[in-house]
Order: sequence, then structure tokens, then C-alpha cells
Amino acid sequence: VTQTTTTTQSVVGLEIHAQIHSNTKLFSGSRVGFQAPPNSLVSFFDASLPGTLPVLNRRCVEAAVMTGLALNCTINRKSLFDRKHYFYADLPAGYQITQQRLPIAVDGTLTYSHLGGRKRNEVVTKSVRIKQIQLEQDSGKSLHNDYRNQTLIDLNRAGVGLMELVMEPDMSCGEEAAAAVREMQLILQALGTCQGNMAEGQLRVDANVSIHRPGDHWGIRTEVKNINSARNLARAIDYEIQRQMFVLESGGTVQNETRSFDGKTGFMPEPNLPPLMVYEACSTAPPGVAPSQVVVLEEVRERLPELPSVRRQRLVETYGILPEHSFTLVNEDGLMDYFEAVVRETKAGPRKVIGWVMNELQGLLHQQNLSVSQSPISPQALAQILNLQENGQISSSIAKQVFQELWKTPGKTAQQIVKEQDLGMVNDSTEIYRICQKVVDSHPDQVQAIRSGNKKVLNKLMGLVQKETKGRADPVLVRAILEQKTS
Amino acid sequence: MYVVVNYTRRLQTLAFNLGPSRYQGVTRASITSQDRKSKQNLSCFRWTHLITLVHQYSTRISNSKPCQVPVDLVDKLERLALVDFRNQEGLACLEKAIRFADQLHVVDTDGVDPMDSVLEERALYLREDAVAEGDCAEELLQLSKNTVEEYFVAPPGNIPLPKREERAAMFKHAEF
Repeated sequence: VTQTTTTTQSVVGLEIHAQIHSNTKLFSGSRVGFQAPPNSLVSFFDASLPGTLPVLNRRCVEAAVMTGLALNCTINRKSLFDRKHYFYADLPAGYQITQQRLPIAVDGTLTYSHLGGRKRNEVVTKSVRIKQIQLEQDSGKSLHNDYRNQTLIDLNRAGVGLMELVMEPDMSCGEEAAAAVREMQLILQALGTCQGNMAEGQLRVDANVSIHRPGDHWGIRTEVKNINSARNLARAIDYEIQRQMFVLESGGTVQNETRSFDGKTGFMPEPNLPPLMVYEACSTAPPGVAPSQVVVLEEVRERLPELPSVRRQRLVETYGILPEHSFTLVNEDGLMDYFEAVVRETKAGPRKVIGWVMNELQGLLHQQNLSVSQSPISPQALAQILNLQENGQISSSIAKQVFQELWKTPGKTAQQIVKEQDLGMVNDSTEIYRICQKVVDSHPDQVQAIRSGNKKVLNKLMGLVQKETKGRADPVLVRAILEQKTS
Repeated sequence: MYVVVNYTRRLQTLAFNLGPSRYQGVTRASITSQDRKSKQNLSCFRWTHLITLVHQYSTRISNSKPCQVPVDLVDKLERLALVDFRNQEGLACLEKAIRFADQLHVVDTDGVDPMDSVLEERALYLREDAVAEGDCAEELLQLSKNTVEEYFVAPPGNIPLPKREERAAMFKHAEF
């Protein structure tokens, strides 16, 4: 989808709130959990009872630092906490502790890709600047009880650590935003700093959308919020872009309805927390301080795992597969593991396996809307089919047939199906010879066409032979025989 | 007057501007349940912010003359701080408070970094990520007047400040 027409350009910026994957909350020792009984994961501090004070969770600091390093950010050695004041029932203190003035990380880059081009098989790489990463508290949840016109408050989520990742508006459409979010999800999951499940609210994305004519100032921003999947995000953003274009074309002006705060009021320094200091190396840390009280960048850097971009490159180099295949392998949950498991168990080369995984497996998974983990055919089962083919026991077209059969009846093995339906390769060359002869004799026109130069017609004859043999003839042999007969 | 007495204590929050208070209902409820003296504190709190906002405008608009606070500004301040002070005494009090605050400008702060807290040179304690609290829903819910099946109950939505005309009718018997 291109969003640049001759008259308007669209601009999309994202704010991502990622729930930190930790045992306890950002400033209190209550448990972080999903779908627990209401208000059971709430400490006195979370309920904002007078006399309680925030105590920073070391794990959250490490998570923010690790995420910052993975996104090529500058980590601020000194960062500050602030209070952002606003009144809402799910914010019992009346303020949220955040890092507005001086956040923990700034100036990073997120490099993402999506499959573009006409056939959607070219890996298009883009990047978006990360303005900053800040630590902040999550709010509780409010549920509306329409029957009694009440708002019910559950504070289980209040105080959970969030990393707010603010991106510069470097994107221009829903597809780019969705691809960026997907890459962010993969990075955070690889780091273990956030589990990234959008449906469970672990990763929340707000998009700011505006349009303008080339050369003009950017237009009014509207916000797209509360999206629960990357796909819906793309749709919602594109819809909003279209809606704004329609408004402008009809002579109207785009109204901003959501923002009541200008984003600059309501802040004050958090007086109960001194500045957060992180150190480059153990040598630069203050002497005589316990290691548990010091976050050292060098150590965090050492613990950085393999990032998705590196993994994609490794797959291309190790298996000799195309970048777009590697992209899909890493992008789809579980697909890379599946692929590697098949490669391990079969003698077929990785390039053959990737074809099966991309076409046969993905085809049926998408058709039936299943995830890789729900595939009725295990990697071992697929490996068996490929081995039968490699051994010459079945032809390639029969192998595909066996795959389809096995999908429907996963309890059986490939060998069983081959035996039951008599799909074994016909090796009797006299039999094949006879069938080829029969086909050649009954199609003199085609034979003539081949003899006069139209080699493509040979495929038709091959098709007929395969029909006779129900696909069980070795295609290489058939082709050789037919070519000989029609020369 | 209580405003002036507590004012000096609040001067350290001069950088603070109160954002729009959207949830009038909850504010009042939460304050009365927490602290007996809080109603007084709340008014001071809000006064401080009124003063802060006016101060910003007054230094920008006119430098050291006794300032006339423009009607638009008064309106905005009332909306932001939810305090009704649209009368002679209120405005006079406000202007006196601004004069008082202006004394801060006498201090030369060139080359001095602003201080957030007297404790800001201390090391920030980092806690281990182990569960040590929570699991006290019953205790917490007892603190609330109104609960439904282990949820706290709050009034729905935010109650905005009524329009000027409506407010005049509502508050004609109230002190500022």
C-alpha cells in the first residue's frame, strides 16, 4: 500500500508500551500476573496508601538497559524519575511515576523489514528512529458495569513496570507500522524483557496519524489506540489515513478529539527517588558498593542474546536459503524451529526442505488458519516423507500427495499411507517403457509438434504418462524415455 | 490567612503546573478518606498552582508592575484548579500571593543547578525481583466504602467543571 498520492503524504508515529517481564512490579514487591483474582496482586504502595514509598526493581532497570542496547540507544548514565499528574479512577495516587525529563535511553534505531515488491517476495528494509525509552508505572484497570452505571477498579496491573518506547514519525502507512511493531515484538521476546503478547496487553501500541500536502507543515495528529494485534493496527492506521484524506478532500478540517493534556503540564520531579545511575564497567562503578546495587552496561551487553536480524542472516549463511525465506522463518512463531528440526532428520538438502515448509506446510496452515504448533504433521513426519522421496521410493508428486493424506490422518505414518494406497514408485522400467510407448502412439500430433521444435509439448505427454501411472513413475526416467521416443 | 501561611512551604513546587483535573469526584472522595486536614491542604495545593500559572503569565506579560489578571486567564485558572475565586477578595488575594512569590527573583541562581530534593545525592536503592507483598485484597477492600465483588467502585467517567453561568448558580453561597 503506498500512501503518497500526488497530493497528500501521510505520517505515522508510534508509542509502544511494553510490559516488563519481571516477577514483581516496578516500585513494589507485589507479583506481576495476568488474570489473577481482582486486587489480589496489590501491595499497600500499589493502592497508594499514605506512608508508602517506591522502591525500584533492579530487574526493570536491567530490562530497560538491555532493550536500549539492543536498539542502539545511548544509555543515560544518569536518569531521573518524575510524577505525571492526572485524575483517573485507575490511578489511585493521582500521579504516575515516569521518566519524562531524562529517560534511561535515547536516540536509538529500529531496523525492520517487510516483504514488498509486486510479488511480495522482496525483503524491503527500513528503519525508524527511537526517540527515547523510559521506565514508567502501568495503571490499574477500569471495567464499566453498565447495568448499575458504575466503574469497577482492579489494581492488579497498577504499578507494573512498563518501558515506553517513543518512536519518531518516520513511517507512512499501516503496513510499515505493523512490520515495525512485529520486529519490536521479536526483539523484545528474544531479549526476554517483554513477552510481547498484544492480545494480553503486554505490548500496547498507540499510533499518531496525520496527513499533509508535500511542502506544507504536518497536519493535526489524531491517535489510534487500543489495538490488540499488529494486523488490526495496520488496518486501523490505514483507515484513519483514508478518513483524514476524505475529510480534507471534502473541505473539512481534521479534529483532534483524544488529547485533553498538552503533554507538558502536570509534571514534577519525584521527590522520593534520587537519580538512577548506571555504570559503563565494573571499574567505573563506585568502590565498596555491593554488586546487587550496581547496574553495569558491560555486563548487560555480554548477556545480549542473538537478535532476530542476526538470526536471519545466520539462517541464510548456514542453510543457503533466500533472505525472504529466512525472513518468514523468523517472523512466524515456531517456523524456524520446525524447519531446523526437519533439516536435522532428513537427508534432503535445506533448500529442498525450505520449499516444502514455505509451500506445502505454510499453504495448509494458512488455509486452515493454524499456527505452526498446531500442525498435524510433525517435523519428524515431514522428514520421513522427504526421506522416502530421497530414497527413490516415491516420486515428488506422490510425496506431495502423501503429505496431504498425512495431514488428514496424522495417526498414520508416511510408509503406511504409501503401502495402503500403493503409491510406491513404479520401478519396473519395462512397464514404464510400455506406457510411454502407448502414449506416444496415441498422440501422433503432439509427437510431430515436438519433433518440429516445440519441446514444451513434451510436458503434456509426461502428464499423460503420470496419469496412467497415477503419479508413481520416476519423472526423470519418463522424461528420458519420451525424449528418446520423440527425437 | 491560611493561604499565605502554607504558601512558603509550597514554594518548592514552583515548577509544577497542575494539569486539567478531569476527575473532580474522585479527588474529593479520596481526599476526605485520607486526611482530615486535607481539605485545607487541597485548597492550598490548588492555590499554589494558580499562583504558579499566573506567575508565568505575569512575568511574561508585565515585569514588575502590580498586575491586572485578565479575565481569560482567570477563567482558565478556575477550570484547571477547580477553585472558584471570581470575586474582588479572591483576585486581591491572588495578586498579593503573586507579589509575595516574586521575592524569589531577588536570589541570584546563575550557574546553580536546580535541586529536586535534599536527598538527591544519595544512592538509589535497587530491590531484588522477588515477590514479598500483595495477596491482601480483603484488607484493601475494607478501606473502601463501596465495593462490588472484590472490585473498588468509582463513579463513572470524569465530572467536568460546569460552565461559568452554571457555576455562579451552584456556588453563590460558598466561600472561595
